[in-house]
Amino acid sequence: MSSAAVTNNKGFGATLWDYLTTVDHKKLGVMYLFAGTLFFAIAGFEALLMRLQLMIPNNDFVSAGTFNELLTMHGTTMLFLAATPLLFGFMNAVVPLQIGARDVAFPFLNSLGFWLFFLGAIFLHLSFFLGGAPDAGWTNYASLALYSPGHGIDFYVLGLQISGAGTLISGINFIVTIITMRAPGMTFMRMPLFTWTTLITSALITFAFPPLTVGLFLMLVDRMFDANFFDHTMGGNTIIWEHLFWIFGHPEVYILVLPAFGLFSEIIPVFARKRLFGYSSMVFATILIGFLGFMVWAHHMFTTGLGATANAIFAVATMAIAVPTGMKVFNWIMTIWGGSVKVTVPMLYALGFIPSFVAGGVTGVMQAAAPLDYQLHDSYFIVAHFHYVIVGGIVTAIFGSMHFYWPIMFNRALSEKLGVWTFWIFFIGFHCTFFIQHFLGLMGMPRRVFTYQADQGWDLFNFISSIGAILMAIGVVLLVINIIITAKSKPLNCRDYWGDGRSLEWAIKTPVPFYNFKQTPLVRGYDPYWLEKHDGNKEGMIYAEPLGDIHMPNNSILPLVMSIGMFVAAFGALYHPDGKAWAIPVLILGLAITVGAMIVRSVKDDLGFHVHVEEIVATEEHLYGNGGNK
Amino acid sequence: MMKGLKKWRLFSLLAVMTVFLSACGEEYITTLKPTGAVGKEQFNLLLFSIAIMALVTIVVSVLYLYAFMKARRSKLGEDYMPKQVEGSHTLEVIWTVIPIILLLILAVPTLISTYKFADVKAMDEVDEEGNKTALTVNVTAKLYWWEFEYPEQGIVTAQELVVPTDEKVYFNLKAADVKHSFWIPAVGGKMDTNVENVNKFYLEFGKESADLKDGVFYGKCAELCGPSHALMDFKVKVLDRDGFNDWVAAMQATEGQTASAESTDLGEQTFANSCLMCHAVSGVGASGAMGPNLTTFGDRNRVAGVLEHSKESLENWVKDPESIKPGNLMTGKYGELSDEEISAVADYIMGLSIEE
Amino acid sequence: MEETKFTPQTWPDKAEQATLEGKNKFVGIWIFICSDITLFASVFATYLSLKDKGPAGMEFSAASLFELPLAFVMTMLLLTSSLTSVYAMYHLKNHNFKGVQIWMSITVLLGLGFLALEIYEFYHYVHIGFGYTQSAFSSAFFTLVGTHGLHVVIGLVWIVCLIVRNAKRGLNLYNAPKYYAASIFWHFIDVIWVFIFTVVYLMGVLG
Repeated sequence: MSSAAVTNNKGFGATLWDYLTTVDHKKLGVMYLFAGTLFFAIAGFEALLMRLQLMIPNNDFVSAGTFNELLTMHGTTMLFLAATPLLFGFMNAVVPLQIGARDVAFPFLNSLGFWLFFLGAIFLHLSFFLGGAPDAGWTNYASLALYSPGHGIDFYVLGLQISGAGTLISGINFIVTIITMRAPGMTFMRMPLFTWTTLITSALITFAFPPLTVGLFLMLVDRMFDANFFDHTMGGNTIIWEHLFWIFGHPEVYILVLPAFGLFSEIIPVFARKRLFGYSSMVFATILIGFLGFMVWAHHMFTTGLGATANAIFAVATMAIAVPTGMKVFNWIMTIWGGSVKVTVPMLYALGFIPSFVAGGVTGVMQAAAPLDYQLHDSYFIVAHFHYVIVGGIVTAIFGSMHFYWPIMFNRALSEKLGVWTFWIFFIGFHCTFFIQHFLGLMGMPRRVFTYQADQGWDLFNFISSIGAILMAIGVVLLVINIIITAKSKPLNCRDYWGDGRSLEWAIKTPVPFYNFKQTPLVRGYDPYWLEKHDGNKEGMIYAEPLGDIHMPNNSILPLVMSIGMFVAAFGALYHPDGKAWAIPVLILGLAITVGAMIVRSVKDDLGFHVHVEEIVATEEHLYGNGGNK
Repeated sequence: MMKGLKKWRLFSLLAVMTVFLSACGEEYITTLKPTGAVGKEQFNLLLFSIAIMALVTIVVSVLYLYAFMKARRSKLGEDYMPKQVEGSHTLEVIWTVIPIILLLILAVPTLISTYKFADVKAMDEVDEEGNKTALTVNVTAKLYWWEFEYPEQGIVTAQELVVPTDEKVYFNLKAADVKHSFWIPAVGGKMDTNVENVNKFYLEFGKESADLKDGVFYGKCAELCGPSHALMDFKVKVLDRDGFNDWVAAMQATEGQTASAESTDLGEQTFANSCLMCHAVSGVGASGAMGPNLTTFGDRNRVAGVLEHSKESLENWVKDPESIKPGNLMTGKYGELSDEEISAVADYIMGLSIEE
Repeated sequence: MEETKFTPQTWPDKAEQATLEGKNKFVGIWIFICSDITLFASVFATYLSLKDKGPAGMEFSAASLFELPLAFVMTMLLLTSSLTSVYAMYHLKNHNFKGVQIWMSITVLLGLGFLALEIYEFYHYVHIGFGYTQSAFSSAFFTLVGTHGLHVVIGLVWIVCLIVRNAKRGLNLYNAPKYYAASIFWHFIDVIWVFIFTVVYLMGVLG
């Protein structure tokens, strides 16, 4: 492709081809962001339907079976297909810039990770049109999952297997990138906190996704190939699924919340105009949360009957997580303390995040007390708790960071005015929806019910909760409107849009050229851009190397081909139990496409290409006008 | 329901009031007005942890609001440059140690109660004659109904658990098909019913249920188990010990009771032909039936766990169970019945009673 | 990238990590192996909790089913193949491409021998009625040992691709990390087998 990226005026076909084959972390970041937003909207709509059904007792807006499909797809989509890719979007767009790298360590695998995720997600959603979505909850407990008729659960198992593989690949990629590709001088203890949390999150992905892969595989062979892992009449045991699922499932929560912590740790110092308080303890707390995250899975199983000793150990271990999390909260508050806080939209989300997340955290500690959890478990209290953590912690981080990083990702800024409206409507709606649900749970309402009888004392609170859900939906619609309006706004062509940027990603002028920094920067301390800026360096950075040729990876269509192979194979496996003659051939065909693409990849050398100095100068002049990036 | 924006102010005020005044819910289902030692201890733990957590939340919120109010750029001026502070070891130690102390304080009652609630040794204790001293109930959860067996008494019932007050009642919990979870919110926490093993725990019932609105406590299934998970309710009738003994005796007296296909009563005849294969009408027996035992149907509080206890509900249920509990296992198990037969069989079933 | 011709004298000390791509591959394969260890840990845990579990009156048990001599021969084959891949890496350090190719080929042959015995073993079990769907125990056994077998197949395909692809071009800084990563992966497969031998066969037969 050589220097094709210089020219912007490409036809639709060429642009499409470019996105299908790209290995550029910035483009993949954008693709993750939009795919994530799409699935966020779908899952949000599912939630709205559920809240409408529960608005009044004995409602028949959606049927019992449909409701179970909605609740399953809502949970599954939000966690695997919305929150994860949205955060991956920011990791892709920001982390290589933050550490001063050209790209990620394995650009090809980065693209493969995206396509596996995307096609897995599409596969899962096809279930709505092909005989019914999965209906055993996002936890997919084995006895119900094996009992569930139709192909819903098969779509769940295969779709998550494919997209999970993508996530695992991306996780490994980020670890290697952060270990080997930091700019000179960027020691571990100078890395921005978002890079740190990306590293720890990727480590969690590395260790947490394989148990899920195994669990899904066991479910797959049980349902499709008559294995007996979960069939107790054949010696199987459904508790194995619960363990495997939660050994993955609990770290998954931290996989999502740690990058959110990282994003807030970037946003707060910028708008408080003050160095992140207690940087090293923040790093330590991140590592500790990641470590403890693996020690607590059985607190999801307090009522499963593991025995008093297991419950006691996991109760205490779970409480311990509150300590590093508390450290983080206090550090954020102390960053604000004595700073100069400018209330922009990203900062609004950060300010809203702190009390919301504390509220979600303390209810978590309450549930860590096992005997109390016997009452709270699987009631609306837990629904309230994890939505406080996930919406209050992760969704606010994603929305805030959209505003925060939009200038870097798109060279345009989202509207602040609309953003403020979005924030307040969404924030009020969020508390209105979920605060009241704590009480519903305490008043005896189990979760995952498609309806409830009148006169159990739940009618009013359910109604209030549904009103809140409508407000949240309005908020999300406003955000989408904001994105559409912004797409038509004028490009910024500036550096350090917020004025108080601290880390390296703000040192580069937007639009960011495809090779990122034309020369690798030299990092002289924590918050390198802030350092250089306040040392009077107008360019914002000093360089570790003279201007020279840049080595870049080639684009490739193979990741998409490999993913399509898996997609095809999944259909074969899915229809195998129906006794369709074409099922096994399709399975083999799909796997053959994937393996074939892998063999092509391994025997065909991919040495990349070089961008020569003249091309770099030309690109910079094209992007920034005369003089280039000065 | 929404008559305009003016109502909203009143509405939100009402909402806030309800949170503080009547957030306790209905006595027969809420965990906030518990009866019995287990539920009360869990409630006390709830209050205790809320107190600690409220303290934490308030301290954090005050610090946070204070920090924010003092640090607003609109107050400090656009050019104000804060001091770039790295951190503080003293503060780090303080906010590490204080939470640890708070958690240790919470951990003590947690651990004590965890072991206490798991102590089911008394289940196996016997008196001099070799009879079990404690009351044990074997609970089997099935797709959308509950079976309660009293092994020592040799009786079995369904959908309505009957227990005596003020003694530990032990439960053996098991699921027959998919996983469910056994929960009586007003009496104590839940325990799952697994398919491959028996879980054991105990509850205590602090007061008779007669004064409650429906005369029973509500029980729920708390684990997603299929389309009708939300409808898998059961009821708990709590009697004093004498009342319980009478009930047991009355149940035992139904031994051998059955419906006859030769009966002149159309209801009994229909029942014998269409229902008896799955539904027993004698309370003597063990668990493992295809359908709920109907010996005490006339004394129950609900039809199918959720419908009003009336002949009309029962007729509707028999006509089309699928429309009421989707995914139930009764649909299609019996032949087409005429309206006349349905009415007669409903009369017959409503007449099954062991109470006067 | 122009391919520099190396001699044993100019060949760098840690050739597999001499380029950024090489270093990435080196770190990447290790992280992948960490991840794969959790995968096997999960399968092992599943196997251990389902060992000897089956429908009422199942005739098969680990003690009666497994035979140590065959498992021992398989272990020896795989352990030896690990050693031969070490020889290949030794020659890689000294820029002796012929040595690399020969010892890698021997590794492949030994791996194929292992695979043949495993297929025979599986065939034998299925033949006597211990098929994949026979019981929870059989499902768990075939899944655990089969997952390892699948890793062996992947490793063999990988190494064969390397040998064939690079046969005519010699050793350089582009393909040295590839050989190195494949050899690390092969060692890993070997280590996993040692655990399978211990947990499944030894502990199975000895109770």
